[in-house]
Amino acid sequence: MSLTLEELNDIAEKELSRQQQFSRQIRVCCAASCLSCQDADLTQQLQQTARQQAMGETEIKPVGCLGLCKEGPLVSVHPEGTLYSHVQINTSKAILLSESSLPRPSAIDPGQSLFFTRQNPIVLRNSGSINPERIEEYIAVGGYKALYQAIRNMHPGEILSQIQQSGLRGRGGAGYPTGLKWSAVAKTKSTQKYVICNADEGDPGAFMDRSVLESDPHSVLEGMAIAGYAVGAQAGYIYVRAEYPLAVQRLRTAIRQAEKFGLLGNNIFNSSFHFSLTIRLGAGAFVCGEETAIIASIEGLPGKPRPRPPYPATSGIKGCPTLINNVETFANISPILTRGSAWFAGIGTDKSKGTKVFALAGRVKRTGLIEVPMGTTLREIIFDIGGGISDNGTFKAAQTGGPSGGCIPKQHLDIPMDYESLASIGSIMGSGGLIVLDQSSCMVDVAKFFMEFCTSESCGKCVPCRVGTMQMYTILDKITRGQAQLSDLEQLEDLCDLVRSTSLCGLGQTAPNPVLSTLRFFRDEYISHIQDQHCPAGVCSLLTGK
Amino acid sequence: MQTNAEAVDTPLDSALSKTKDPQYRMVNRIMCLHNYQPDALIETLHAAQDSFGCITLETMRYISHMLHLPLSRVYAVATFYHYFTLKPPGKHRCVLCMGTACYIAGAESIEKAITEKHHISPGETTSDGEISLLTARCLGSCGLAPAAIFDDKVMGQLTPKNVLKQLQDWRDHVADT
Ligand SMILES: Cc1cc2nc3c(=O)[nH]c(=O)nc-3n(C[C@H](O)[C@H](O)[C@H](O)COP(=O)(O)O)c2cc1C
Ligand code: FES
Repeated sequence: MSLTLEELNDIAEKELSRQQQFSRQIRVCCAASCLSCQDADLTQQLQQTARQQAMGETEIKPVGCLGLCKEGPLVSVHPEGTLYSHVQINTSKAILLSESSLPRPSAIDPGQSLFFTRQNPIVLRNSGSINPERIEEYIAVGGYKALYQAIRNMHPGEILSQIQQSGLRGRGGAGYPTGLKWSAVAKTKSTQKYVICNADEGDPGAFMDRSVLESDPHSVLEGMAIAGYAVGAQAGYIYVRAEYPLAVQRLRTAIRQAEKFGLLGNNIFNSSFHFSLTIRLGAGAFVCGEETAIIASIEGLPGKPRPRPPYPATSGIKGCPTLINNVETFANISPILTRGSAWFAGIGTDKSKGTKVFALAGRVKRTGLIEVPMGTTLREIIFDIGGGISDNGTFKAAQTGGPSGGCIPKQHLDIPMDYESLASIGSIMGSGGLIVLDQSSCMVDVAKFFMEFCTSESCGKCVPCRVGTMQMYTILDKITRGQAQLSDLEQLEDLCDLVRSTSLCGLGQTAPNPVLSTLRFFRDEYISHIQDQHCPAGVCSLLTGK
Repeated sequence: MQTNAEAVDTPLDSALSKTKDPQYRMVNRIMCLHNYQPDALIETLHAAQDSFGCITLETMRYISHMLHLPLSRVYAVATFYHYFTLKPPGKHRCVLCMGTACYIAGAESIEKAITEKHHISPGETTSDGEISLLTARCLGSCGLAPAAIFDDKVMGQLTPKNVLKQLQDWRDHVADT
């Protein structure tokens, strides 16, 4: 089956008129985080009650992430837009039946809450408003139109220049210009090319990609298909963590539906373009997020990186040119084509365009998923959107970029969150994990935590990473036990330098970052562990004798 | 690798019987779906672990035979990836998240509490085979840290107390039946 534009519009219209039958809509967040705290299947319970009460004018539908994960389970009611938090079965009935005698969950007005008003959803445009398991709803909000435009009305070269002009940069960590990467793959002469969506999300403390896949999987599929057309690939893989069963399930459903509608497969929109997608499960190895390792893993091998060049753009899966982008990068594609590169380039800062999704977690009042224009300051994110530090604590540092990133101290709270600014103070944007630390965290312990992570995730192929991270871990451990000397700090810094400059892949090259950045901003904590055998945060128990 | 009793069968006999064995249905289906191509190895190992809870030497032999891969390759992949386990799991599984958000929210104290009460460390199973304790690197529920998976259910905002209660419930349930 191949769709025409009329048929696509028909599906959209049918779906819209279906929705118009309802005067009221109750949206139940069905992303993993909210599901995990529901006391029973809320959607089902509400649908059952609505049926019993013959409330035909109310639609109850499961939607993706509503953002404010800490306050879950979340339910939002439309057209008012009121958001209810901590909804359980008994309190959900009060929302549905509007009876004042029943116990009611607490309500939030998103129009009044800085958590929502400061955001600018592009990637999360449909998150929390459409049912991720129904392709019709994605089509009804204009989904797959960009794909139609691309295939039927645009030359691949035009798409490449649109993406380049938009200034979009990779959201997986390194921030490489997406347009350049696409052009490199497009330029190759091979008839066989591949597109990979990197949904490995190995950074502990990050859940942006999971939420996007669970909330709006079609936006990623559409982005991948457009990429396939632009670079000349006919097949793609989505490499997703096995630890995300719900995301995997929603992706499978989405692919099946897209195939059924002819939006994936052969002769898409009656053109000569074919594109098929396959899901590949990760198996719990952080290093598989690295681009050459992901390729090895897709080929069924241990996920060990290999030296580059050749880059995947010239030699990837089965030696064919391969484009690798992150989930969020792909989710940005369709809006850029629909609204134009100039619109996208108008958001953000000089060199970092568009928005960034952050997974806000740690010691902050409102944890959850947020999307803000690039260049929003860290202070705005933590204090306006996040509502400040939880339990009246004091801000100590924000960790970005996970095991490859660094800690941003108080004096840099006003830093604009963009690639260059973060790099200038020794951290990185990373994939978007943002963990807030308060006075109860010991920075040496945090550095040790990440180093332990790197030692166990190092694939062992190159010596600097395999042995070096272990050496660094040993020194950090000694420090937290109060058994180190000042000379150990020097050795630690030397090791950082060595591992950074001689490791084979990004894992080793960036492993020293958490140590370097804590040494830079919290050196006094290291010193007091060493000289006074004292842990200022009271975390390292061997020192405090607890 | 030690040889064990079933190795007396020729690999062919043992493989033939497994192609019809209902327990191997998922494993066979996945291999068939991928045309027995070697790049299906990881998917096949996932199916094996889903079916049996762990990946035994016998299963590895069978997969190596069917996908025409050396056993060493199957073993290398099964042991490289943390998600795969060669040890049979307990009846119940508690997977504690040790990701950054959970770590700073006190996941370590939960781990300590479990170790003290049930005498198991991560990767171990209680001697009665009831409970396995595992750790994960982030469950993606960081907004609810600390989080853990109890059998198949993710739960967040945990404390040592409510985790111990959950584990005790598993134990008590055994005592009841
Ligand atoms: C050790 C390591 C782990 C990585 N993990 C991820 C990951 O989980 N997700 C991701 O998108 N990129 C990850 N990357 C970055 C990828 O290698 C690659 O740069 C990225 O997927 C490219 O997509 P982008 O240009 O859209 O950002 C990782 C890199 C390294 C070195
Ligand atoms: S750090 Fe525990 S769920 Fe992410």
